[in-house]
Amino acid sequence: MNPLLELSHVSYSYHEVNGETLALSDISFTLESGSFLAIVGPSGCGKSTLLSLICGLLKPEDGSIAFRGKPLREAGANIGYMLQKDHLFEWRTVYSNVTLGLEIQKKLTPEHISSVDAMLETYGLSSFKDARPSQLSGGMRQRAALIRTLALEPDLLLLDEPFSALDYQTRLSVCDDIAAIIKKEEKTAILVTHDLSEAISMADQVLVLSKRPGRVQRLVPVAFSMEERTPMRSRNAPEFKDYFNLIWKELNISG
Amino acid sequence: MAEPSLAQQSFLEQRRRRLRAITLARIFIFLVFLLIWEMSARLHLIDAFIFSSPSRVYNMFVSMISDRSIFLHMGTTLTETLLSFFLVFLFSLLIAVLLWLFHSLSRILEPYLVVLNSLPKSALAPLLIVWLGANMKTIIVAGMSVAVFGSILTIYTGFSEVDPEKVKLIYTLGGNKKDVLRKVVLPSSIPIFINTMKVNIGLCLVGVVIGEFIGSRQGLGYLIIYGSQVFQLDMVLMSIVILCVMAMILYQGINLVEKHCLKRF
Repeated sequence: MNPLLELSHVSYSYHEVNGETLALSDISFTLESGSFLAIVGPSGCGKSTLLSLICGLLKPEDGSIAFRGKPLREAGANIGYMLQKDHLFEWRTVYSNVTLGLEIQKKLTPEHISSVDAMLETYGLSSFKDARPSQLSGGMRQRAALIRTLALEPDLLLLDEPFSALDYQTRLSVCDDIAAIIKKEEKTAILVTHDLSEAISMADQVLVLSKRPGRVQRLVPVAFSMEERTPMRSRNAPEFKDYFNLIWKELNISG
Repeated sequence: MAEPSLAQQSFLEQRRRRLRAITLARIFIFLVFLLIWEMSARLHLIDAFIFSSPSRVYNMFVSMISDRSIFLHMGTTLTETLLSFFLVFLFSLLIAVLLWLFHSLSRILEPYLVVLNSLPKSALAPLLIVWLGANMKTIIVAGMSVAVFGSILTIYTGFSEVDPEKVKLIYTLGGNKKDVLRKVVLPSSIPIFINTMKVNIGLCLVGVVIGEFIGSRQGLGYLIIYGSQVFQLDMVLMSIVILCVMAMILYQGINLVEKHCLKRF
């Protein structure tokens, strides 16, 4: 069986009048269905570029990306992308914000609508359906943005520092929330972050990128000897510190 | 609801008093101005034949109401201004959308728009009269010419300043450029539309009056020119006062639209 996602020798450069910048060089990794990969690296190492490539917004200059064994462009991959900020539109209600993707793809069918309703209910937003985004707390906004992404039932979920705009306390609880939602909906996910503890607490494996141009420095599998893993519990697990030190060291070799 | 605290009540009371004082001061200045003007005319400090006076302006207004001629002139100017205002909005929206859709087009046309925008539009008015004839069409085009280029530039700049991350969001949700336009660019530009309208309504009035100066038999601009030629300065000043009131009412109209639309922004 083919892996869900396979990157082989992917490279990408940005071209400008002043010259070209090699952002990513020779990136290869595979991702199995149902797993959670975190990508960490120094700032400017091309983490977000990597997500744009996987999502198909950018085309690799070299190498290839395969989705379930087929080239990305032909695979008809359904990939959800959650950006750094929630970008909920203030001129729409919460409900019409979370259904924006369905509206664009003309998928406002009864099944999709009822699945959105169910998610709003489960994740505590159903009483805010007709509210404006500004009436929601930071954590609720992030949950709404995730529901907007999940409404399209993506096979793969890309998270680009989705918690970076939140204050620390909210961040910890939203991190738990989002991890629980992703687990419950049985999604495969890639999280880009520069917060090491966030990466270790959420992911099954952590991909460490070197500084620009980003290369794969090391892929660290993360496993905790506990049942019912949540990010908050992982942070308190004895293994957490060791993973942290290991990845910290890798980052500093690269830097 | 609970009764507000005493401190809150006194704060509100103070605020009310201050707002009332501001309104009173405004009215006071206006009345003092009218009084000084009237008194200096009556006491022959200024020549009422040239400088007119509030009572002469008022009498002129009453006499033109009684022979109904004023309604024709006011109606003409108002119709022309409103028509050119709506046409400007329609045109500039349409052209700004085209420029946004076709980026190279906007790059190519940019210098032309900038030149046309900075050109003093009154310079065009005599040409328009010759080309289009001395009729309402010309006046409306003159009104449009003052506002339309600036309006295109403002709206287009607003379109291009839309947060690129919001645009990216639409693409990640599987949308195309048309979706970006409909779901992000147009709705997020509503405050810009309102601001352009506020500027445009005044500019259209300016353009229409310029047009009426040189190519019209009716309208307030015509009354001003006619009045100055026959030395009826009462008529000129009355027209100017009416234009002031008209500009104020039109501007307030847009403020109402704004209050209605901007609740959400």
